Amino acid sequence: MSTPFYVSPQQAMADRAEYARKGIARGRSVVVLQYADGIVFVAENPSRALHKVSEIYDRIAFAAVGKYNEFENLRIGGVRYADLRGYTYHREDVTARGLANVYAQTLGTIFSSAGDKPYEVELIVAEVGAAGADDQIYRLPHDGSIVDEHGSVAVGGNSDQIGSYLDERQRDDMTLGEALRLAVEALGRDTGGGERTLTADQLEVAVLDRTRPQQRKFKRVLGTQLTRLLEESPAARPAAEPGPEPDASGDSPDSGSDPRP
Amino acid sequence: MEANTRDTGRLPAAFLTPGSSSFMDFLSTHAPDQLPGNRPLPPVKGALEAPHGTTIVAATYPGGVVLAGDRRATMGNMIAQRDIEKVFPADEFSAVGIAGTAGLAVEMVKLFQLELEHFEKVEGAQLSLEGKANRLSTMIRSNLGMAMQGLAVVPLFAGYDPDRDKGRIFSYDITGGRSEEPGFAAVGSGSVFARGSLKKLYRADLSEEQAATVAVQALYDAADDDSATGGPDLVRRIYPVVAVINDEGYRRLPEAEVSGVAQTIHEGRLQHPDGPQAPVV
Repeated sequence: MSTPFYVSPQQAMADRAEYARKGIARGRSVVVLQYADGIVFVAENPSRALHKVSEIYDRIAFAAVGKYNEFENLRIGGVRYADLRGYTYHREDVTARGLANVYAQTLGTIFSSAGDKPYEVELIVAEVGAAGADDQIYRLPHDGSIVDEHGSVAVGGNSDQIGSYLDERQRDDMTLGEALRLAVEALGRDTGGGERTLTADQLEVAVLDRTRPQQRKFKRVLGTQLTRLLEESPAARPAAEPGPEPDASGDSPDSGSDPRP
Repeated sequence: MEANTRDTGRLPAAFLTPGSSSFMDFLSTHAPDQLPGNRPLPPVKGALEAPHGTTIVAATYPGGVVLAGDRRATMGNMIAQRDIEKVFPADEFSAVGIAGTAGLAVEMVKLFQLELEHFEKVEGAQLSLEGKANRLSTMIRSNLGMAMQGLAVVPLFAGYDPDRDKGRIFSYDITGGRSEEPGFAAVGSGSVFARGSLKKLYRADLSEEQAATVAVQALYDAADDDSATGGPDLVRRIYPVVAVINDEGYRRLPEAEVSGVAQTIHEGRLQHPDGPQAPVV
């Protein structure tokens, strides 16, 4: 009988993390931004049927990158968790924090159990509050940790570069159009430093809009509404040109006062 | 059982198992004790006294449907509640009104709403109107044991069918049998009188406002002859719940609008206590 090779726990974990990170980095990114009336989700996703952004509950939405079957499974698990919790207690008792915790435990258990293949996914769970200060955004990497985010967050292929681009320019008082155009600009930045222009049919966009009168605040932005929002101010496209409205690049004093960590 | 298992805090396997998009199916495998139909019933002698909801009416008009309910709940010969609400949105394009045992009915509606919402979230698309009506059938059937002991729940389901661009009404019996009603329908203790009223007042080319008025007239007539149905209470300002469903979705008429309708009907009845009169031939 052969003796199994000894692999140090550090090495085993590093290998698993490397495996998951590589899988996640292959996919296109998703960005999530706070704007004046809520939270906007923008994903580069040419598919109309396979969603990266979805509704979980009244005020909670879910975004994911990585392997589709794995995050779809987690999404349905989340919907079941939220609906069962709301049915057992009350709709108000379903929170993003609770859901993020359950996801973190699930991802963490799978990541560290030697029998399972680690999930190649990175999730975002966001909840829109009654005011901007009550909004919550949680990022859940493949290993089961939770990162509490504010303002903007990017996950997926080129997330570091996109994230820092967003961090410099995002403001909490942006309109939906401004936030959406900033998100699209950020998503168009390639690893090599090149820029692409993304069109409406390459994008999946959804919002959690706190001003919506319905109980369910999640809404997809589709078709003509999306095209209109993207085109509202073509002058905003070149980063150096502020245009008539206060553009993202022209407000460094503002962004300095943002409550961002 | 709670959503969390206590040992690890992670989602239990049942949550991550691909399969049904139905919340009721999920409950029946993961937490069967939470399904209303799965509760064992103690043997009881005679009728059980519990608050009962009374009359619901519905009428279609070109492009939509109106669903309305009175506000009374009774327990035997007592008025249990004057301002109960018995008309609920089921989802964006349908509504359900309930007659029968109020407590069970409200629970059934809550589960029905969740069933439709759950399907929509998991599948990313809405059920067809027929599909929704069939789900409600299944739920009523699961209550048959209770119904045999006098705790029946009989809903009226109305919705907008985007494929046919019209409003449709479905009525049910206690065994879950469903039938589509052309034009108008009524359920509950006052339904006999309401249906008679609707028969004389209903036309296929009503406007939305007229359809709402016809529905409130029918409830007025039901309250006139059935002690368990409450008419518009002008003193306490308690008016029927009137919901309109059309291609823009579910909308509950605001109280100001319903009170206007109720006032108009009241003024008319001061002249003709039995309400508007249909031609003899």
